[in-house]
Amino acid sequence: MANVWRSIRFTVILGILLSVIYPLFVTLIGNLVFPFQAKGSMVRLHGHIVGSQLIAQKVTNPGLFWPRPSFVHYAANGSGASNYGPTNPLLVKSVAANLKHDGVSPSVPVSEIPPSMVESSGSGLDPDITITDALLQIPRISKATGIREESLKQLVAKKETGLYWGLWGTPMVNVMELNLALERRLSQ
Amino acid sequence: MTIQGSFQILSVMAILLALAIPLGVYIYRVFTGRRSWFEPAVAPVERVLYRLIGVDPTVEMDWKAYIKSLLLLNFVMLLFAFLTLRIMGHLPVNPDHVPSMPWALAFNTAASFTTNTDWQNYAGGSQMTYFGQMFPIVFLQFTSAATGLVSAIAFLRALANSRSKNLGNFWVDIIFALTRIMLPIAFVSAIVLIALGVPETFLGSQTAHTLQGATQIIHRGPVAALEAIKQLGTNGGGFFNTNSAHPFENPNALSNVIEILLMGLVSTALVTTFGMFLKNRKMAIVLYVFLTSLLLIGAFVVYGSEAAGNPILTHLLGIRGPNMEGKEVAYGLPLTSMFVSSTTAYSTGAVDAMHDSLTPLGSMVPFAFMMFNMVFGGKGVGILNIILFLIITVFLSGLMVGRTPEIFGKKIEAKEIKLATFALLVHPFVILVPTAIALLTKTGVASMGNPGFQGFSEVLYAFTSGAANNGSAFAGLNGDTTFYNIAIGLVMMFGRYVSIIAMLAIAGLLTMKPIIPASSGTLRTDTFSFGWVFMAVVFIVGALTFFPALSLGPIATQIQMWSLHLAH
Repeated sequence: MANVWRSIRFTVILGILLSVIYPLFVTLIGNLVFPFQAKGSMVRLHGHIVGSQLIAQKVTNPGLFWPRPSFVHYAANGSGASNYGPTNPLLVKSVAANLKHDGVSPSVPVSEIPPSMVESSGSGLDPDITITDALLQIPRISKATGIREESLKQLVAKKETGLYWGLWGTPMVNVMELNLALERRLSQ
Repeated sequence: MTIQGSFQILSVMAILLALAIPLGVYIYRVFTGRRSWFEPAVAPVERVLYRLIGVDPTVEMDWKAYIKSLLLLNFVMLLFAFLTLRIMGHLPVNPDHVPSMPWALAFNTAASFTTNTDWQNYAGGSQMTYFGQMFPIVFLQFTSAATGLVSAIAFLRALANSRSKNLGNFWVDIIFALTRIMLPIAFVSAIVLIALGVPETFLGSQTAHTLQGATQIIHRGPVAALEAIKQLGTNGGGFFNTNSAHPFENPNALSNVIEILLMGLVSTALVTTFGMFLKNRKMAIVLYVFLTSLLLIGAFVVYGSEAAGNPILTHLLGIRGPNMEGKEVAYGLPLTSMFVSSTTAYSTGAVDAMHDSLTPLGSMVPFAFMMFNMVFGGKGVGILNIILFLIITVFLSGLMVGRTPEIFGKKIEAKEIKLATFALLVHPFVILVPTAIALLTKTGVASMGNPGFQGFSEVLYAFTSGAANNGSAFAGLNGDTTFYNIAIGLVMMFGRYVSIIAMLAIAGLLTMKPIIPASSGTLRTDTFSFGWVFMAVVFIVGALTFFPALSLGPIATQIQMWSLHLAH
């Protein structure tokens, strides 16, 4: 019986330490030192919050960069993947549909399209695309906006995130950063 | 596969070992009463905790008293968790108005987090309030990991004891595990994760007006505090539905590396601690060589298989390149593979890619690691499973050479072997029997998200994950049904407590035996040749038990994929 009482006290006292004091302390320090990240890396255009740098949003405007396909239609109040297995006919169907709407010039052979461009991401909110993915979209964006392809290529090169410490990850580019740069240039 | 990619995997493993070995020494010092520089900061806090909880730190416990306290505390925590989940919709800090859980889901969730499994039949973001994310979720992520850790420490004390009943004081151990090991590491890593982009706020969802003028509701919350202990405690239950694949839980390649390191840290360290309790460095080295090799082989199998891509998509659509369905760009294929391998080796269950969409050969690695359940393993229970397999190996080798088996200088007799065999057999039993039952019921089959062999794999994976207290999923399966909520809930509890009770009972027997000095007649366990026998036993036991089930699941799917057939 003494141990029952002890267990209850443990749960309450440690509950306060681990579930109240610990997260509040992390929140306090986190918001003091890294306020932008702690609030979800929200980015603004002309003063309004247009989204998070880390969360993909639906883009169909031909004059902007498009993120990877999302199985949950970029619903950032949830997140989700297809969970299709490799032999599921629905996987083939969904990838074929993504191929049809990938916004890449039809003259580009399918074998040159990176799989990440037509296969859905795990979160449905992947904010990053590969360099090849970005470069393949440039002719479309150039046509829609009138910005020269050369200067779009320079933009991608400027925004490229390389390997961390020259070691980890994969060369890629953040779609939100690209699009904000595009919007700012267009509104000038 | 590229050399650069291979180097990504190897470098993470090297850093992990470099951090874990000193931590193992520190853990040994904490639990053997050695002073450390950290002590003046935490000792006063601990004294307050003892007084508030009513702990007399001078009391010594035998194995029965130890296990009784452990089980009782776990039961009380389970009850508190269940009740909180049932009423959390009405509790404060719920800016997004999330409702309470129905009873079956609440039972599954409470059992899941109490047993360090963190299987989630609820969707992280939309079915859990901020209050619920902190209590019970974060609370149990700390305490379930600490429970695993102290049960291992009690066992290691028994090995070092000679004719002594004393396994330590459960309450002091669990408080030490929290104040001296987990809280400091979790706090520092939470801040680092915030710096890398993981949110930590109680502000509620952000409504954004997107670049195209649409509205996007972005869910966020106190993620970093949870993320740190989720990884460090080999828990794996994420804040969001898609876990560590969600950019708010795991924003980039560097956070991915940190999350791999966090989940591997303590279980890797415990091999060093084990060696120190035995005063046998060679034993730890032998284990490190074999277990690290297994982990790396796993990572490279996933890497190779995912890099090869899906031949069906090449055949039908002309797509060439790696399998990226269910994966994020930022982490890159090598580190995604290392994560898949580590999360099942370390029994964490966090996922940074959807395991259901892995190539079948790639998914064989998580299956195998959860079925072995001893490739470093979960916090504390991993080293217990390693020792369990060592005991079985010693027994089998003893039979072969006709000698009374002994391990670490202690005689292994009929009672210990019976308990060890029991602990060994529970694992396949609670995987295979429920899988068979699920397949025989309509409700079990109706939950499958993929057709054909992959559907079977989903069910097998669910019970394997539950039994191994892993928590990752083939998430196509709809687990939120009364049947799966209860079945997986029970499997998790059997998988957790039967082996802990059996192992502590063995500890109770071993602790009373004198340590016999090694002689020329002793079968040494700290040699590489013994290590090979150890590996053979693990593989033979694992293969004989699980091969038939695996051949109906991932093996069949792989053959189907290679022969370019679709499931139907």
